[in-house]
Order: sequence, then C-alpha cells, then structure tokens
Amino acid sequence: MSILLSKGTTFIVQGITGREAVNLTRECLDYGSQIVGGVTPGRKGREVHGVPVFDTVAQAVEHHGGPIDGSVVTVPPAFTKDAVFEAILNGIKLVVVVTERIPRGDVAQMVELADREGARIIGPNCLGLIVPEVCKMGGIGGPAKDAAKAYAPGPVGVMSRSGGMTTEISSSLTQAGLGVSTAVSIGGDAIIGSTYAELMPFFEADKQTKAIVIYTEPGGRMEAQLAEWVKDNDSRLPIVAFMAGKFMDDEEMKGMSFGHAGTIVEGKEDTATEKIARLEAAGIRVVERIDQIPTVIKEKLGVLA
Amino acid sequence: MRFFEFEARKIVELAGIPVTRYGFCTTPEEARAAAAEIGGPVVIKSQVLTGGRMKAGGVKFADTPDEAAAHAEAILKLEINGHMPRGVLVDPKAEVKQEYYAGVVWDGTAKRPLMLFSDMGGIDIEEVARTHPDHVGRGHVSNLFPIPDFEAKQTIAATGVTGSQLNRATPILARLARLFRENDMTLAEINPLAELTDGSFVALDAHMEMENEAVGRQKRLLRKELQIAEDDTREVYEHSEFEENVAAIDAADHRGVIQGKDHGFTGNLGLVIGAGGGSLTLTDAVRNQGGKPANYSEIGGNPSVAKACGLAKEVLQKDGVEKIAVMMSIVSNTRVDIVARGVIKACLELGKDPGETIAIFRIPGAWEDEGFKILDRYGVEYCDRSVSLWEAAGRAVAKVQGATA
Repeated sequence: MSILLSKGTTFIVQGITGREAVNLTRECLDYGSQIVGGVTPGRKGREVHGVPVFDTVAQAVEHHGGPIDGSVVTVPPAFTKDAVFEAILNGIKLVVVVTERIPRGDVAQMVELADREGARIIGPNCLGLIVPEVCKMGGIGGPAKDAAKAYAPGPVGVMSRSGGMTTEISSSLTQAGLGVSTAVSIGGDAIIGSTYAELMPFFEADKQTKAIVIYTEPGGRMEAQLAEWVKDNDSRLPIVAFMAGKFMDDEEMKGMSFGHAGTIVEGKEDTATEKIARLEAAGIRVVERIDQIPTVIKEKLGVLA
Repeated sequence: MRFFEFEARKIVELAGIPVTRYGFCTTPEEARAAAAEIGGPVVIKSQVLTGGRMKAGGVKFADTPDEAAAHAEAILKLEINGHMPRGVLVDPKAEVKQEYYAGVVWDGTAKRPLMLFSDMGGIDIEEVARTHPDHVGRGHVSNLFPIPDFEAKQTIAATGVTGSQLNRATPILARLARLFRENDMTLAEINPLAELTDGSFVALDAHMEMENEAVGRQKRLLRKELQIAEDDTREVYEHSEFEENVAAIDAADHRGVIQGKDHGFTGNLGLVIGAGGGSLTLTDAVRNQGGKPANYSEIGGNPSVAKACGLAKEVLQKDGVEKIAVMMSIVSNTRVDIVARGVIKACLELGKDPGETIAIFRIPGAWEDEGFKILDRYGVEYCDRSVSLWEAAGRAVAKVQGATA
C-alpha cells in the first residue's frame, strides 16, 4: 500500500527534452515507473530513452489510448502555469511541478483549477514522490540505484519542504531498519499544491503507514494548519517533526530568505520558535536533532505495538 | 520588492483609485514649488523603505511654501533606521472626517488573496484585529475569475459600514484586489483610506510589495510607469563583499548553483554546505553545538569544480575563518567528487593544507567513492551517510575549537 502512486500508475513528463527532464526520465524508467509519453511543443516524433515525445498532452493521451494518471512538469517558470492547465484539462489527476521561481499568483491559479477539476498538485519547487520498490515520480532520490539505497519499504510516511532532506531523512529511516511507505517532497514555496494537512488523510487511509515524519522550515502557515488538523481529527498516526532554520529567528535575519523561496519570516507566527510551540501544543513531537528521528519513531511504534 | 510611498501612490492611481494631488521632490526648491502649486497647508513626508518615520521626525506639516522647503531640507538629511530618504512627498493636508483601512494579502492556507477592510484606519491592522475583531472585514477572492465588486461590498459591509460610505469604498477595495492580482503583489495596503469632509474618498498613504519572482514580467509597471532602474533591487540588506563575490562566481558559470550570505554571521568556522534544507539544518547544528558559523551557503545542481572552488576560496578568505566544514544532505545530482576536487583546489591555491583546513567533509551520494579517494589522498577527514548531519557538524565544531584552544 502507499499513497497517490501504485505499480500501475502511468505518467507523462512535460518538458521532457530538457536536460534535467531527460535525466529524470531515465531515473524513473530504471526504477520501474511507467512513463507513457513526453511533451515538448515542436518536438513531436522524437524519443527520450524510448519514450515518445508529443506536441500536446492531448496527443499523448490519444497515443496512450486512455486516461493518463499523472504528469511531471519541468518547464521554465513562464510556461509552467499553461503546462499545468493543459495537463489538468486533459484529465490528468496528479501533477508534480518541479519548476521553481514561479510567481505565487500562477501557483494559486493552478491550485484553484486543480481543486475545481478534482486534480492534485504536488509542488512546485519539489522533487516529486516515491513509493519504495513500486514507483518514483520525479527526481526524488536520484538515479534508481541511489533511490534504492535510500528508500526501503516500511511503515513511515515522509513529507518534506526540502527535496534533499526528504532523501536524507528517508535514508536514516532505511538505515535504522524502519523504511518508508511513501515519501513526498511537497515543495519549498510559499504556496504549494499539497500541504502536510492536505496529505494527512491519504496517509491516514493507508494501512502500511504507521507513523509520519515531517521536515519543516520557518515561513508560512503550513505547520499551524497541520497542528489544527491534528487537533480536529483523531488521527491514529504519531507525527514526528524536525524544524530546520532556527537561526533565522535572530533579529538580524529578519526579512531574509534562506534555502527556499517560502522560507522567509514575514510575521510573528511563522518563526521557528512559534511553529515548534504550535506543533507541540497539538501533540506532535518536535525533535531537536535530525538524528533523533529514527529513534523517536521506534519509540512511537513500540508504544503502539 | 518594496515600493516607496510615492510609487505605491502611483500604482494605486493607475488602478483608478483616487489620491490627493501629491508631489515627489528631491530638493527643498522642488518642495517649495510643489507646496505653492498645492496652495494651503501641506504635509512633508520622508520617502524611506522603513517604518516609524513619524516618530523619527520624518513627517512634518507646513502652512507656507517657505516652511515646506525648510522642512524638506531637514527631512532630506534625516536618516531613519539606517536609511537615507529617496526624497520627500509633498501632500495637501487633508480635511479628514474618518479614516479607514483597505488591504489585500495572500492567505497561504486558503491559497487565495484575502481582502481586509476596517473602519478603524490609520493604525496597525493587526492591532485592530486583536482589539476590535468586529471592526475587521475579510473576504477571499478567486485567482481564476474576474473579481466582482460585490465581494468587496460584502467585506466592507461586514464591519457595519453602510450608506454612501459603503458605496464609495466598494470600488476602491475591488480595484485594490484587482491590482494586487494583476501586478503580482504580496501586499497592497491603503492606510489610511480617508473620507474627506466633502464625502469623497482618497488614498492618503499606500504600501505595496511585489513578489520578487514576478519582477521580470512586471517590467511595464516597474520601468515604464514607475521608472525604477533595473539595478534598484531594494534588498533588505546591502550585500557584503563576500556575497557579491559569490554571486559573481555563480553568474560566471551556468553549471550548478552556489549562494553565500554572511549578514549576521561573524564566526571562525566557514560553511561550504548544501543544499537548501541541508544548509538550514547544518547551520542550526553548528550553532546548537557551540560552533560559530562565519557564513551561510548553499551548493546545488551539480556545480563545476571551479564553482565549488570559488565558493570555498571566498569562505576561506573571510576575516576570522580558521577552518571550513564541507557538508551536504545526501546528493543525487551534485557529484561528490567534483565538490571534493573544488574544495581541495581552493585550499591548495591559498597555500593551505586541505587536511588541516577542511574540518570535515560529509557529502554522501552520487560519485562518493571517487570523492572519498581524492579526500584520502589529501588526508581530509570525511564520512558517509552513516554519520548524521548533526554529528558531522559536531565534529567540525570540535575541531575548530580545538584549533583555537
């Protein structure tokens, strides 16, 4: 079991002929993912690692002969909104947006359209998601052999605002003999398609998932939203959180952005200290050190067993 | 990107929102002329990108053009919170009957713009929201569909405002919401929005911020309408030499991305670290174990040897840096061996022993075996993913402190 992806998940890559997209396609194919087409306007008829390239999403859908589940969008920021609209309005229900530096207004438009059409967006500014030994959608974990090393199947769901830290944390869970059910790089921007709280019901419904790890940063209200979700829903899943960027609470760091576009302290409520307090008040365990995550997860799972 | 008040007023004006007949001046003579043209009492306001200008003496009233010129002269020389003014705004002293607040911000949870309105204007809206929550109206708008006036009307009516005031304020708030969306603002605020004694409404002060990611597509507004120069980026802090040098190295080569910041950092341990989340985690880990970072940095996207070398050299040449720690979260794109070559090269070019200078090298992932071989050759201490980011940072701190002691 897993969330959002399964063995049969089919997806396309929009912007497939770009350098990064070519690598990502290779990695996903090697991992066993089913990439059924790629789209780059004007490049119809080419192939990328055996994947046929089309001018439009509609052509890819027609060639596939039925609905396609997902799309990985990796086109320049000025074209991303249109690409995501094209995917959603051609019936695609899961869109991973890799591109960074997209203006917030465009992201908000994509998200609003997705909501209306019953589609889900992961990202932008993310590396996608992975279900160990089942499916990898996006650059998450890197080449198939590296992804295999960091991600073993297990009971822990991972959600992270940092793509790199998704793998760092998952690798530590794998090394500790725990493993991962599904890991989602949710993206580092101020507005993203799927927040922690919005993905929690999926993990809640997934029998394989027994605990959750989240990686968080200063900036935004996503952690407060999760804390509210936890208070309002009687979740069976213990959550362990790690907060990076505490140094940004210093007065002289005010107004500066570090790491990701969304990581900027704009108000009192989005400092690391304030977020930690909110998460803890909701019963979420916030670990001080990154290396405590596997130990605390083991404790939590032991208590449940 | 932040705007001065005179620019924010212009943006509001372009959106069809009434403003008073103000003048932006950079000399006392211009201020005298502006005051003479306005005729009657005026207010002179410092144009700085910081708050608290009233308290600092950056806002003064004048009854005559000569008085206006004298105030302008003083205000133009007045530094406020470390900022020198860009100029002064000369504004007619308005006969205000009532002050309101109109604003639009992003609601990140709803993922939509949020209109805010209050009949208690002129003061901080967060303060009003806390002390008089029933005096603040809120309303979300769509990102996809045209913004209808009635949504602004509902937001205003929620505060109890009715009559001609409601009808006059409605198009102003609706236009503010539209300009927020069309111009990629992250904040659009009119405070106070004033009802004058004749019943008309004008924006007496405005505050606007535009999203940095959108600056490229808002050129028409920025360059043509507001005449803002391309290099006038209005960062919160002036870049240090270190920051400028790192940015130049990054720009010189398209492969990979490096970033360096040192505002607020003055320690002895240089950080050559990555990627985004890894850098945040590592900077905390160094500080929480008693270390003193000399800088913040980010490496990502598989930089060239020259780029990694350039960043390491800049860090090593900062005042007070004794050692560097080269650490990243597990990499899949960036090659470990390339970063290893880069940082060793930096040490050698500066005549330093890599084994002594690099406190720790912790980058697991792509091409790590090749990287570790190179590090072995130069006697650099390294570790793989079995050593956590916390522990690696701790080892680096212990080493640099041992060297100092």
